[in-house]
Order: sequence, then structure tokens, then C-alpha cells
Amino acid sequence: MRSRQTLAIVLNTFREAVRDRVLYNLIAFALILIASALLFGQISIGIQKTILLNVGLSAISIFGLLIAIFLGIGLVYKEMDKRSLYALLSKPIRRRQFIIGKFLGLNFTLLVNTALMSVGLWAALYYLMRRFEPQDLSVWVAIYFILLELSLVTALCLFFSCFATPVLSAVFTFMAYVIGNFAADIRAFGELTENNLLKGLTTVLYYLLPNFSDFNVSAWVSHGKPVAAEVVLLNTLYALCYDAILVAAAVWIFSRKDLK
Amino acid sequence: MAAIEISGLSKDYSLGFWRKRPFRALDRLSLKVERGEVFGFLGPNGAGKTTTLKLLTGLIFPTEGTATILGHPVGEPETFLRVGYLPENPYFYDYLTPQELLDYFAQFFPLSAEERQRRRDAVLDQVGLAEFRHRPLRKFSKGMLQRVGIAQAILHEPEIVLLDEPMSGLDPVGRHEVRELILQLKAAGKTVFFSTHILSDAEALCDRVAILNRGKLVGVGQLSESLQRQAACEAVLECASPEALSRLQPLAAKPPLVSGGQCRIEIPEKNIPQFLALCQSDGLRLISLNPVRLSLEDYFVEVLRGSDSERPASPSP
Ligand SMILES: Nc1ncnc2c1ncn2[C@@H]1O[C@H](COP(=O)(O)OP(=O)(O)OP(=O)(O)O)[C@@H](O)[C@H]1O
Ligand SMILES: [Mg+2]
Repeated sequence: MRSRQTLAIVLNTFREAVRDRVLYNLIAFALILIASALLFGQISIGIQKTILLNVGLSAISIFGLLIAIFLGIGLVYKEMDKRSLYALLSKPIRRRQFIIGKFLGLNFTLLVNTALMSVGLWAALYYLMRRFEPQDLSVWVAIYFILLELSLVTALCLFFSCFATPVLSAVFTFMAYVIGNFAADIRAFGELTENNLLKGLTTVLYYLLPNFSDFNVSAWVSHGKPVAAEVVLLNTLYALCYDAILVAAAVWIFSRKDLK
Repeated sequence: MAAIEISGLSKDYSLGFWRKRPFRALDRLSLKVERGEVFGFLGPNGAGKTTTLKLLTGLIFPTEGTATILGHPVGEPETFLRVGYLPENPYFYDYLTPQELLDYFAQFFPLSAEERQRRRDAVLDQVGLAEFRHRPLRKFSKGMLQRVGIAQAILHEPEIVLLDEPMSGLDPVGRHEVRELILQLKAAGKTVFFSTHILSDAEALCDRVAILNRGKLVGVGQLSESLQRQAACEAVLECASPEALSRLQPLAAKPPLVSGGQCRIEIPEKNIPQFLALCQSDGLRLISLNPVRLSLEDYFVEVLRGSDSERPASPSP
């Protein structure tokens, strides 16, 4: 019963997203960007494929990020603000089901979007090369990592939107994303500095924020290099643990909240 | 087992951005609603009616006190299998149609697919939205949304129905339909607990009412009982001399009204023998003497006036 209820919330979250016009605009933009990479490729002969993969994966990642943040900040807040939660939470469900359903629903949406954009990328790749090569499989790994990254972004958004306004949640999430992308640099900087406060701060940031740079293998993959299996495993575990902690925190906050 | 049992329930909201100070929206409310009752929850704006209903549905948490519904502490998901709730000014998802919304909500109940469909169609008919079932909710008027709200509250045929201002936003026909609906629910043995400002609705529907003012319970009881208690008689006299009138005045509830050679005067029940004696000794001609049943409006105003004067008027925050 519980899982059927949560599934209903997941599917409704998905339905809300696909009925939002903004989503289609973003997907269309991403596809246009991928297509235009083919034009760039024509200018610089020889590295067409590298450019296509680089631009294509970046487009999937950036537009996925935009969609995740845009939809993520409203997941909980919109229902609180418009009071549609009152009717929903007076049904025999727990608040935690609401949070988990929203989280999974947005991830499902992102999975479908990413799949659509990936189809665009593969079509462009086929148009360019007229065949697929075995090492192209690692492009799927890059796309999988983008999905893991987006699940982290969703979890961050969901967590922030349990207590902050949409604008603040977007700012926090975006900041976390940017800092998390430079996590390794920040730690390196912290190791160089003499200042103990700065050292402490950078260490805290490094361990607290998700390490997004580990998920970015676009450049690597576009040069046709494979990704090691243990990296896939470690990244998967890392993302799942991080998601679980953030969602648990969101549940904890939301379950105690006065819905006034 | 009582349908709803509230004991010592209080709710403080914090006001102010920097220096938070508590504001008591509900103050030690105790109330028991029996099963099968239609119970009216009356009070002026800001009395704490919505606050009480939100506490009963677990949407907000009490500062102190407890409430149970059918013996279960409020807020437990299982309770909602048997409780339906209409929020104040309900709002739903823009992107759904009433049919989709009810299908969505129905999935939270342990019902078969056919049963869910049957109930959805039944409630859509009941609230008169069958022909709008495929129109997106974003295109709904206030009163139509109110009807959707009622539909989702009774979708699972709950034993207890909590309605926060069920008539608000409805046209006269809609109000009449909701009245009928509440009477149907009562006939089916359900308990209905609803808040309202519309006193004639309370008068027509309720077995008992509670009156709340500034978060405090100021009266609870059967309406006829509470109205009779206030009973008085209106006497109409042929116009009396000013001296005679001034002798009657101490017995009257309100200053007499003189018009068209007649004098109307309201005498509380307990003063009637004295009043009649005075009429006889002064030789006043009594035209009629009729009991006045206090209207609920009068009763309401009177009770509230009483409760406000009990304590020094605190400046409302
Ligand atoms: N979220 C909130 N924060 C602070 N104070 C609140 C909040 N919600 C309600 N209040 C206060 O609590 C008191 C009771 O409000 P409530 O909404 O329960 O009144 P009500 O009886 O439903 O009024 P109405 O008839 O206007 O709907 C009011 O003084 C209101 O200002
Ligand atoms: Mg109210």
C-alpha cells in the first residue's frame, strides 16, 4: 500500500513536470546546441567527434542542471505556498512519502529528459560518423554520471526548499554546485595556505559539499578514453549515500514543520 | 467513543521577524463531538477556527494539549482512512482536471480500481461538477474549487467530515446543495464538524454548536437550548404616559421603542409577572405579548460581547 501511494506521488510529480512548457523549451535548446556542435565540427576538421561529444555532454549536463534546479526549488515550496498540500496531507499518507515521492518523481523526469537529449546526441554522432565504435560505450557512462550528478542537485534543492524560499534555494543549490565542482581545487588551496581558519574552512567545504567534479568525465570520454569500473562503482555509491542523507534531512525538517 | 475529543488544545504562533513573540491563536480548547452529530464551529474572523481544524488534521502541531479522532491521536495517517477534510479556500494543482485530481487522491486509499472510479464519478455528480470533469483546475472559479474541495473530502466515504467554511464562495444554489449534502451525511450516520460564519446555516443544520472568540471557547450547546435560555417577551402597549414608561423601563431589556401610537418593549421572562402587575395597576392597555426567540445573530453578538468584556480588551497584535 505504502509503495503504491508513493508511486502515485512520483507519477504526479512527473505529470506536473511534463505539463510545464518551460521543460520543452529547455530540451529544445539543448537539442539545438547539440545540432550546432555539428556545425562547429565542420570548421575544425579532424576533431569533429571530440567537439561534438564535449559540447553534447555539456549541453545535457547544463540543461539537466537548469531543469533540476528550476523544478526542484518548487517541488515542496509550491505546494506549501499554494496550500495544495492541505488536501494531500489529509490523506492516509506520511509526510516522508511526500518528500520521497517528490524526489523520485523529479529524478524520473530528469531520466526521461536526459534520455531524450541523449537520443539527440547519439543521432548527431551517427550523422557525423555513420557508425558507432566500441569506445563510444563510455559516452553512456558519462551520461550515467550526469544523472547521478542531477540526483544530487535534486536532493540539494529538495533539502533547501524545505526551509528556504525558491530564490534562496536556487542560489544555495547553485552555489553548492559551483563550489562542489571546484572541490578538489579548494582542498588543494587549503593545503597550501598558512591560515588555519582558511584551512579549516576549505576542509569543511570539501567534505560537506558534494564532490561534483568526480562526476564530470565529459572531456575524458570525448577523447575516446574509457572510464574504470571502480570509478563507476564509487561514484554510484557516493551519490546514493549523499542523496540518502539529504533526503533524510529533508524528511526530518519537513515532518516537523507547521504548515501554516 | 467520541468522534472528536479535544482537550486543553492550545496553539501559539510566533509573530515578528526579529524579536519573535508568541501569539496565542487557540487557548486551551476542550470539546467533545459525539458520533453522528452535526457540529457547528462558530466564531468571528480570527477566532481560531481554521487553526483548530488544522490541528485536528495534523497540518500544524499543538503547543499544548491533545486531540483524538475516533480514539486515535490526530495526524496518524490511518486516521485519514476515516476522516475527510475540506481546507479553507481550497486550492489544487493547476495542471490537473477534477477527474485526474480525484483519481490521484483515490489512489491513497485501499480501494480497487473499479471502486475508485465509482466513487470519483459519484462525488463529481454530488458536487455538480460532472460536466466540468475534464476542464483544467486552473480555469476554475472560486466556487467551483470549493466544490472540488468538498468532492475530495467525501471521496472515500469518511465517517467524520471536517469542513472549514463549506459554504464560502458558493452561490445560493451551491449553498443549498451543500446544506443538503450535510443533511445526507447526517442521515447516513456520519459526523460532520464544520466552521462557519453563516449563522442561518448553523441554525438549520447543527445539533450543537461551539462558539469561539479570540481563541477561547465561549459557549457550547444545543442551539435551541442556548436560544431559549435567552428568551424574552415582546410586549406591545397602547402608548403610555412618559411617567408610566419610566416605571416600566427598569423591567425592560432594552429601551422601549415608541412609534405610531404604540410602544414596543422587550421584557425578559423573569420580569413578566412584575410587568403584568404594573400594567394593571397603571391601567395600561396591553395589545399583545409574544415570546421572542432570540435570533442566532443576536445570541452570537451577545455571547461575544460577554466574552470580550470578561477581560480587559487586549490590544490585538
Ligand atoms: N500562520 C500564522 N502566523 C501567525 N498568526 C496566525 C497564522 N495563522 C493564523 N494566525 C492568527 O491566529 C488567529 C486565528 O486564526 P484562524 O485562521 O484560526 O481564524 P479563523 O477563526 O479561521 O478566522 P476566519 O473566520 O477569518 O477564517 C488569528 O488571529 C490569526 O491572525
Ligand atoms: Mg478560518
